[in-house]
Amino acid sequence: MTLPIIAEPLVDATYATLKKEVHDGGYRLNPDEDFTKNLVRGLLKNEQRYGYRACPCRLASGKREEDLDIICPCDYRDPDLAEFGACYCALYVSDAVLLQKQKLLPIPERRPPRAARKKILSVQPSGQVPLTALPLPVWRCRVCGYLCAREQPPDICPICKVSKERFERFI
Amino acid sequence: MAVEHVRGRKAGDVMLYALSTCQWCNKTKQLLRDLGIEFDYVYIDLLDEKGQDRALSDMEKWNPRGSFPTLVIDNKRCIVGFREDEIRGVFVK
Repeated sequence: MTLPIIAEPLVDATYATLKKEVHDGGYRLNPDEDFTKNLVRGLLKNEQRYGYRACPCRLASGKREEDLDIICPCDYRDPDLAEFGACYCALYVSDAVLLQKQKLLPIPERRPPRAARKKILSVQPSGQVPLTALPLPVWRCRVCGYLCAREQPPDICPICKVSKERFERFI
Repeated sequence: MAVEHVRGRKAGDVMLYALSTCQWCNKTKQLLRDLGIEFDYVYIDLLDEKGQDRALSDMEKWNPRGSFPTLVIDNKRCIVGFREDEIRGVFVK
């Protein structure tokens, strides 16, 4: 398999858009511009070969439904930011890392290993959410934790912009 | 398996499991080059499905989490992630 060539203007444009969106959402992009642009290049390569922006530091399967948890921003970003000051690939960093008050160290993988993921997938879809007295179900964005009470989750999370499939029923 | 060989000073059997898009893998590979040692590496994302499965199974014996980069030294020791000091400690005597 040969890797697609990513044009530099596309990398620059994607980096600029991402930087703005990340900042507007209250998050911080890694200030090391060369490093971060390489991550952006990886995201764009993955978008070209898989059809979605899988984390550049994880092996994607090419099957979107199996990789929803690692589409950037991944399900593990916020817990890793809280515990280690960066997401797994270090595209996102905390204020402490940004201000060099905290050193970036390798982050242990939080995603379950592939054998365990297969089990999780085969257990789903459960659909058996206990009924409650609430007039509407409550949906939770697995990425940022945004909650909303409505018949269906929104197509795009208004907070972190991930797609509808990243929501889970919360109540 | 499409294993690439990098020539250098013989420092044992050094195998790096990596992804072509991973910056921590790149940093690890560059560190090994800078240290001038002989090593092999494989970009698992560039292998076909069977090759990926085989390489992952080999790698998971050392790193059951299946994360990258995974560096296996002499079939004895494994370093997961870009741990610069630890890697230097192994090869710089």
